Amino acid sequence: MKITVTVNGTSHESDVEPRTLLVHYVREALGLTGTNVGCDTSSCGACSLHVNGEAVKSCTMLAVQADGADILTIEGLAQNGEMHPMQKAFMENHGLQCGYCTPGMVMAATSFLKENPNPTEREVRLGLEGNLCRCTGYHNIVQAVLACAAGN
Amino acid sequence: MTVTEERPASVLGQRLLRREDPALLTGEAKYTNDLNIPGALYLAVLRSPYAHARITSVDVSGAASMPGVVAAYSGADLASLWAGPMPCAWPVTADMKNPAHYPLAVTKAAYAGDGVACVLATSDVAAHDAIEAIDVTYEALPVVIDLNEALSDAVVIHDELGTNKSYTWELKVEGHEGQVDEAFAAATHTVNEQYVQQRLIPMAMEPRAVVAVPQPYGGDMILYSATQIPHILKIMTALTLGIPEQQMRVIAPAVGGGFGSKLNVYAEELLCVALARKHAVPVRWNEERSENALATIQGRGQIQNIELAADADGKITAVRVRLLADMGAYLQLVTPGIPLLGAFLYAGVYDIPAAYDFSCTSVFTNMTPTDAYRGAGRPEATYAIERAMDTLAAQMGVDPVELRRRNFIRKEQFPYTAFSGLVYDSGDHDAAATKALALADYDGVRARQKTQNVAGATKLLGIGVSTYFEMCGLAPSRVLASLNYSAGGWEAATVRVLPTNKIQVVTGTSPHGQGHETAWSMIVAEKMGVSPDDVDVLHSDTAIAPLGLDTYGSRSLPVGGVAIAMACDKVIDKAAKIAAHQLEANEDDLEFVAGAFTVKGSPDRSMPLAAIAFEAFTAHNLPDGLEPNLEAQVTYDPPNFSWPFGTHICTVEVDTETGQVDVLQYVAVDDCGVQVNPLIVDGQVHGGVIQGLAQALYEEAVYDSDGNLKTSTLAEYLVPGASDVPSITLGHTFTPSPTNQLGVKGIGEAGTIGAAPAVINAVVDALSGLGITNVAMPASPHNVWKAMQAANANPGNINPGNTKPGNTKPGNRGATK
Amino acid sequence: MIPAAFDYVRAGSAEEAIRLIGEHGDDAKFLAGGHSLLPLMKLRLAQPSVLVDIGRISELSYIRDAGDHIAIGALTRHMDIETSAVLAEHVPLLAHAAGHVGDPQVRHRGTIGGSIAHSDPASDLPATTLALGATYVAQGPNGTREIAAGDFFQGFLETALSADEMLTEIRVPKMQGAGWNFQKFNRRAQDWAIVGVAAWRRNGDSGIGLVNMGSTPILATSVSNALSQGSSIADAAQLAAEDAEPQSDLNASPEYRVHLAKVLVRRALEAC
Repeated sequence: MKITVTVNGTSHESDVEPRTLLVHYVREALGLTGTNVGCDTSSCGACSLHVNGEAVKSCTMLAVQADGADILTIEGLAQNGEMHPMQKAFMENHGLQCGYCTPGMVMAATSFLKENPNPTEREVRLGLEGNLCRCTGYHNIVQAVLACAAGN
Repeated sequence: MTVTEERPASVLGQRLLRREDPALLTGEAKYTNDLNIPGALYLAVLRSPYAHARITSVDVSGAASMPGVVAAYSGADLASLWAGPMPCAWPVTADMKNPAHYPLAVTKAAYAGDGVACVLATSDVAAHDAIEAIDVTYEALPVVIDLNEALSDAVVIHDELGTNKSYTWELKVEGHEGQVDEAFAAATHTVNEQYVQQRLIPMAMEPRAVVAVPQPYGGDMILYSATQIPHILKIMTALTLGIPEQQMRVIAPAVGGGFGSKLNVYAEELLCVALARKHAVPVRWNEERSENALATIQGRGQIQNIELAADADGKITAVRVRLLADMGAYLQLVTPGIPLLGAFLYAGVYDIPAAYDFSCTSVFTNMTPTDAYRGAGRPEATYAIERAMDTLAAQMGVDPVELRRRNFIRKEQFPYTAFSGLVYDSGDHDAAATKALALADYDGVRARQKTQNVAGATKLLGIGVSTYFEMCGLAPSRVLASLNYSAGGWEAATVRVLPTNKIQVVTGTSPHGQGHETAWSMIVAEKMGVSPDDVDVLHSDTAIAPLGLDTYGSRSLPVGGVAIAMACDKVIDKAAKIAAHQLEANEDDLEFVAGAFTVKGSPDRSMPLAAIAFEAFTAHNLPDGLEPNLEAQVTYDPPNFSWPFGTHICTVEVDTETGQVDVLQYVAVDDCGVQVNPLIVDGQVHGGVIQGLAQALYEEAVYDSDGNLKTSTLAEYLVPGASDVPSITLGHTFTPSPTNQLGVKGIGEAGTIGAAPAVINAVVDALSGLGITNVAMPASPHNVWKAMQAANANPGNINPGNTKPGNTKPGNRGATK
Repeated sequence: MIPAAFDYVRAGSAEEAIRLIGEHGDDAKFLAGGHSLLPLMKLRLAQPSVLVDIGRISELSYIRDAGDHIAIGALTRHMDIETSAVLAEHVPLLAHAAGHVGDPQVRHRGTIGGSIAHSDPASDLPATTLALGATYVAQGPNGTREIAAGDFFQGFLETALSADEMLTEIRVPKMQGAGWNFQKFNRRAQDWAIVGVAAWRRNGDSGIGLVNMGSTPILATSVSNALSQGSSIADAAQLAAEDAEPQSDLNASPEYRVHLAKVLVRRALEAC
């Protein structure tokens, strides 16, 4: 089936099988491998990206459902070679170790701050409830999101 | 000219941001499954749905004819590809039983998830569609899940072994064998406890992935794998597949966490390489999460019996430990050695005499093989001794911290030769405990307990302490030899000063989240007087870093990092020769400060490293007999383990109506000696603590009686999320290790080792007034509720404090003379 | 991870969706947000031959004040319910409960209609709308009909919807200032409830929905009856599981679920 999507500002027309998941589409058809797959039950959030400005789990969305949508992946977050404030905050607060959950975590966190620009620590933790990390124990991820919010 | 240049502030100890991060944060980092390999075929593995079954037939024809399928194979079809069975590198005893284990089972499936057939197809989708068309008939056999049933041999899993017992390994102190019984006979207090270390699934966020790429002509092969151990994998792949080792190159690209689960040689790695050779095309495989839960090793899985003998003051006089350890269906790379890594630690941080008696019996079961999981043997040991210490304290009516203090190895006793002959390098347990107690407001919490834990209270406050040692920095090769490990424990490093005075470091460590690139550049910067930005760190590719033993066991810094420092010394020694020659000075008269050699007392006679590097490169004017270039390699075999230590304190509130445990505060005071980068140290502790806390409260691999894993996805296997865990209050003490020039110790596993007993001690402390003396891990609401039911708990019977002698339930939980 | 192959058709209106599902027969499924169906398909526990995508029927995404009740289009997302000012004013229990569904990413895609039509007893919104006395509107080839929530849930993942009917609207009575509380007891924030309670109370009236206490969402009528007859909360809560048949799973035995239901119903009512 033919779909047209805008990904990181570039329009793509593609022919996809209906069963192609959005995450497989961006990784395999578009070569945007920054979005990772960490589970098969919509639990881990590693595949989070933005569809029309909101974080979704791209493993739980068909590419055909994204037809016409505006998609932002981790590769599109930095602008002109300058990391997004959330990316910088993750770096400055050591909010990542192996980095595998990180793109999804960053995309979830940026979406969350749009909805709640001045969160408490508890709200940050709940806002990231859909993203699992095995390395950091979340402490520094939470600090990064709070720092980013404070910086904004 | 007056040179007032002083040595710059130390690079070591700075919270330098990680150079690894930008690539990871922008999605540019390439994990194995991100690699674009044109023409690669996709491998999918069909796994047995039965935990124990004879394979009576495998018909792959239905799959072979499907669109996109290039080939489909049964285990029997591929039997000729294996030069030997999959490796187990740790035959812990001479008579250890080790069943032959091949990448695909041929006659029998020994666990649900055992590979029985596979498909190669032009797409991942086609490969997964096709494995559903493979027709396998099984004859289901009785399943062995329970460890004691396994030991009974009522059902034998591996017919050819005739038993499910793999080995019994004992640690007794030579010449002191009788002392244990004597000590128990003479003891004022004894404790006899049983603990269960539930099976855990490591669940690194990146599932495994493999790409095998045959090189044009000649038979060379590049194996990309999401592995912690490219070097060991290279050797083992060569041996298992009969490939000349020089033709194997293994690359670990960005690796998304390991925690021990990627410290192995897996069937899919061997299948990809073997099939890539057979078909002369690249072959790739990526693991799905539910496959990861089955086909990647699991951790823990032990039943522990620990007995302590103590005198009237609570001074421990003997330790006796009996373990029953779950190997799973087969022995993977280091499976049998894991329980033994804890064998030396059941005395904890305590000064005990030679009355120590440890024995571990290990059995096969119809479950996924176990192997190293963060801490590997040491969290289990620490849990047992720290829980048992709390039990003893409760029995004696002494504060658990006070009991620990009475038994601590004192600061002035270090270096301390333990009962086992191992030498503990340095420590100050009292200082770490004192700091942790202050941070946790221990006395304040104890005071609050008196007012909060009263009759009718439904929120009970508990505080739990654990004091730990981490035997890490694996490992002195001679010690490994004494444990029958098949390899050494050294690490290699090369430091190379380039002509433009930039520095390349080649390390045999293989990071997967630990930040080695940043930390190693700091060590070199410190040693060589350059900026960390001028240092590049090369790793994880056996063609670039051919020597190494990889990353596990908190070894990278105390072994690999020290090797780098030593290589720097060698480079400086060589540079000194060039400088002396150029400056027409005696080498002994030079000092190397801030990246330059200066003649002592003549600050104007100086030569910077940059100039020396260029001289070494041009080789126009080198001392006679000195080789050009400025480079040195060191292979460092550590003289000892490193012994980080610390005190963790957890404060919880238990809801007696629901069984819910809320962690109110978690304090971790860790001492890993000199910290290269405190930012990274803190991150390692945070992550380690949460993994230990997750064992205590959330995680368990649950099997049903048919051997089906009920927790095969992240929806059922409860890796906690951000909202399910607390922030962590960190403290540090700094007791340098005297065994290496940097004074460093490992830190990767410390958090995990300290955490589980601190949490469970807190939960049991909260519930102690209900007569509860133990809660099974994970202390889920259901398990806590069951413990309260079993204790016939009644909130009206709360006995705050529970520190009076004889308050424990009568029976078999211990005895007071 | 990769669903079995299927055909995909997209509906532009409810009428078209109903026509398409009729044409494609028993193996066809509606796809709304996909957050109940796609996870099953990825594990190949569901293998529909055709998906009729109704996710683009924008006229079914709305929250309207309809006098005595609030009308919610079936394709309204959890996030929109969670943040709706109208619901915050008139049905705050539902807005609050929607904020507990899954996680933010799930709430950005999942819909109330999808959740209710899937009728998982462990889901938050079926039990919550049941407690609130909602009415569901179903549209089929022969027009629309109203189904009381109490008649809707007929068995595990079975509803009163016929194969060619589609849930189009959820009508939730205004709460008229009733006290309310939502208890979700789970291991991790993102998980399904082990036991959940959606409760409201106003004078002698009350509604108590139980999550994950049987093969369907459960209305704890015994508790409400006891309360209306003057029982204390503590006594009434002891009847919490009278109307339930809880299952055993990894997180709880039936006995523990019964115990939890009593505790959580009491706590919910005390907070109402």
